[in-house]
Amino acid sequence: MIANSLDAYLILSGLLFAIGTFGFLARRNAISMLMSIELMLNAVNLAIVAFGAFVAGLAENGSVIAIMVIAVAAAEATVGLAIVIAIFRNRRTPLVDEYDAMRR
Amino acid sequence: MPSWIPGAFRPLIATAVLAGIVLTPAILTVLLWGGDFTDALFLVFAVTMLVSALAVVTMRDIIRCGLAMIVCFGALAGIYLLAGATLVAAAQVVVYIGAISVLILFAIMLTETKAAPSRLVFQTQAGPAGVAAVVLAIVIAITVTATDWGELGERLHTATDTLARLLFADYVLPFEIVGVLLLAAVIGGVFIAKRERGESL
Repeated sequence: MIANSLDAYLILSGLLFAIGTFGFLARRNAISMLMSIELMLNAVNLAIVAFGAFVAGLAENGSVIAIMVIAVAAAEATVGLAIVIAIFRNRRTPLVDEYDAMRR
Repeated sequence: MPSWIPGAFRPLIATAVLAGIVLTPAILTVLLWGGDFTDALFLVFAVTMLVSALAVVTMRDIIRCGLAMIVCFGALAGIYLLAGATLVAAAQVVVYIGAISVLILFAIMLTETKAAPSRLVFQTQAGPAGVAAVVLAIVIAITVTATDWGELGERLHTATDTLARLLFADYVLPFEIVGVLLLAAVIGGVFIAKRERGESL
């Protein structure tokens, strides 16, 4: 019933995406923001998998796209965390609102 | 948690409350609306995922945020299984829980001092951000329910051997490009994060 309707998966994905958006906008810590981005990527992935499972013309293609997204997300996490660590080494803080060198 | 509860009982009570939050919708669905086992499982995974995602974005201690993120990814892998995408679920466990979470926990431990005071956890724009997120969720929900998705089939099960054939025949070029991208990301990450000579972290 519920697990067999596309809407349930898509609304779940939308909720997860909204939670990720809130975390990205509201947290001060750079790593928290990266974690929120991961949540949003996962939400989009869930939507892709749901479409692949229910839309007959997509079938396996949805899974292929989802696996590609997971791989790209891994690359994104690597580079993003490396940048955060490099900034942390210079500024001694993980809090993004103290990264104000270009605003002063 | 109120202070009159003895410390030894607190983990027990917290576990019981969490189990209640996770299991109640599933049990209610099965009993009241005649859902089957798959529905109950879907609800358990969905509630676990949403509660742990909320924990990721609201908790003060960032290490706990990272651990809640692992729970969130695990529940999502369960939902992928229910959607019939077994290989994606396996990739989710291997890549997200096995690699990205560990990477993020390492980065937390490299950069984090003690847990920040609670007023420092959120930006000043946290209130508007919350409103924006709620509005976004409502808009997405309305869009999803109002859209006619056309011809929808039954829930398909993705066969892994078909998927592998597709991945290594039709999609072989994107596959190779993603491989090159991962190599570039690894080299770039090492280059950006590496310590200069004589510099201490």
